[in-house]
Amino acid sequence: MTSRVGCLAIALSVLAVLGGCAVPQPWVKPYEREGLSDPIMRLNRDALAAKHSEHVRDIREAGRGATGVQGGGCGCK
Amino acid sequence: MAASKPADRINARLLAALASLLGGVFVTGAARAVPLPENRAEAMVHTYKGGGVTATGPALLVRKSIADKISLTGTYYLDAVSNASIDVVTTASPYKENRNDFGLAADYAVRDSLVTLAVGASKEPDYSTRSLSLDIAQETFGGMTTVNVGFTRAADEVTKIGDSSFLDQAKHWQFRLGITQILTPKWLASVNLEAIADTGYLGNTYRVARVFGAAVPERHPRTRSSRAVKFRAIGNLGGRDAVRAEYRYFWDTWDIKAHTIEGGYSRYFGQSFLADGYVRYYTQTAALFYSDNAQGETTYVSRNRQLSNFDNLVIGGKLSFDWKKQPGLYDLKANAGVELYNLKYKNFTDIRNGSPYSLRAAVLQLYLTATY
Amino acid sequence: MNIAVTIRWCLPLLLAGALASAHASVQLSSSAPDFTLKSVAGPNLRLQEQRGQVVMINFWATWCGPCRQEMPHLNRIFDKYRATGFVLLGVNIDDDPRAAADLAAKLGLRFPVLLDTDKKVSRAYDMSAMPATLLVDRDGRVRYIHRGYRDGVEKTYEEQVRSLLKE
Repeated sequence: MTSRVGCLAIALSVLAVLGGCAVPQPWVKPYEREGLSDPIMRLNRDALAAKHSEHVRDIREAGRGATGVQGGGCGCK
Repeated sequence: MAASKPADRINARLLAALASLLGGVFVTGAARAVPLPENRAEAMVHTYKGGGVTATGPALLVRKSIADKISLTGTYYLDAVSNASIDVVTTASPYKENRNDFGLAADYAVRDSLVTLAVGASKEPDYSTRSLSLDIAQETFGGMTTVNVGFTRAADEVTKIGDSSFLDQAKHWQFRLGITQILTPKWLASVNLEAIADTGYLGNTYRVARVFGAAVPERHPRTRSSRAVKFRAIGNLGGRDAVRAEYRYFWDTWDIKAHTIEGGYSRYFGQSFLADGYVRYYTQTAALFYSDNAQGETTYVSRNRQLSNFDNLVIGGKLSFDWKKQPGLYDLKANAGVELYNLKYKNFTDIRNGSPYSLRAAVLQLYLTATY
Repeated sequence: MNIAVTIRWCLPLLLAGALASAHASVQLSSSAPDFTLKSVAGPNLRLQEQRGQVVMINFWATWCGPCRQEMPHLNRIFDKYRATGFVLLGVNIDDDPRAAADLAAKLGLRFPVLLDTDKKVSRAYDMSAMPATLLVDRDGRVRYIHRGYRDGVEKTYEEQVRSLLKE
């Protein structure tokens, strides 16, 4: 079912481009990104602290992955 | 062999995603180069204390870019563990051991992509791991969308203290896919998927399960395949503060389903202070073969509380102080972070008193970070 | 997992979208849009008044790392060619003009730093990257556009400035 939705999305996009409809333009220009460049907006600010917290949780919880913390795969008991 | 199928599927998916991305790298014209990660050095002392376990140690990270082409990162992490947890005191005797963790990564920027290759090794007296990762971050759509694809392969070697004849292996494959999208000049959102496949020895050589009240060695399956999807949003509120929220859903072939929900708030105070506060709630259902006290004989049985039905509430705070600063040269910050864990197990009893086990723990992280 | 199948198809489309959107409002060989901006030193500066000289317009911000990396090179190029009919205008787009003035003073910038706080000039030029550098010839026409900063591109800047000065 998901691949059918995907195919539909592709078909619509191709038709839009061929039909001359505007493909959406980036709506936040580089000169408007001051608010996003602040370190407070970083999802992963301190690598070591994030890795340590992730390790503490990995040992005690069965849920793992999709955390955005790189360098997983410790596999410790 | 059934065990290789999850790995084959992940391989195929990775190749497809890589092909699309690399195709994109060559198709987009001479666009601007994405900057290398900033030079950084971090030194940390961390402590975990709770449930009879104390783990402390230092950690180090150094990142430096060479000739503005490649950035190298080295990490070292030590865990000095003193383990007198409920599992250990009820079935064995308390012990002390060290875990050493090394990592080396290289980042290479080509046009709008950042390619990261990383190797890692972790070593304890009875468990050692080696891992290799490849991550590609591609900026598209005028820099508003970043697509991440990542792949990790890890191999473990398991031995047993007190039994020199025991030797087994475990292999892990991880495939990551993520999209980060700028929504407005103040809001970012991201979706991350990760699929992990494990084969080999996935249990614990010392832990016992309980069948009809008697202790028997645990029997874990030799394969596990898990998926996680996480949605995140972070927004700049304009008053030198930001708010973030995330939700992750996890499911695997051991029938475990877990939800994680987290919310956090960050704020600058004065010229030099940055404070963060966050709350994280985690809940999971038990694995199919998990049992606190099995009342039947099954192929697999485990009393590993990591696989039981429990909730975990974490409350954390961080404070960062801008210590020394020379714009354009270096920036040194002193940081402290505290996390309080509260785990409530629904179907794991504390056999010392017969009631459901609950665990309170505290984590303290003190660290210096410098960008130079 | 069908999500991967869908994503595998959507990625090229996203990239195609990126390609389609990778155009600039300012085209090569067209007239550089005129503007008047207040400079950090005080007086207003108008682009039209620079006709007859070779002008390099550099869009930068204090929060942009590559912009800061580029500054010493721009300083050097300005010093080298200013006596031979070359002008470098640093257009800053920070929300807070004081931050721009502070950083300009700390970096010791000798070329005029103009303040585009309301982003009007940035919108007129519609540069799709930060930093963005344009080279305008003596007749006010845009001749070279550079998007972003990469180590070593300052050599290209110098070559292009020299070739425009020779005209």
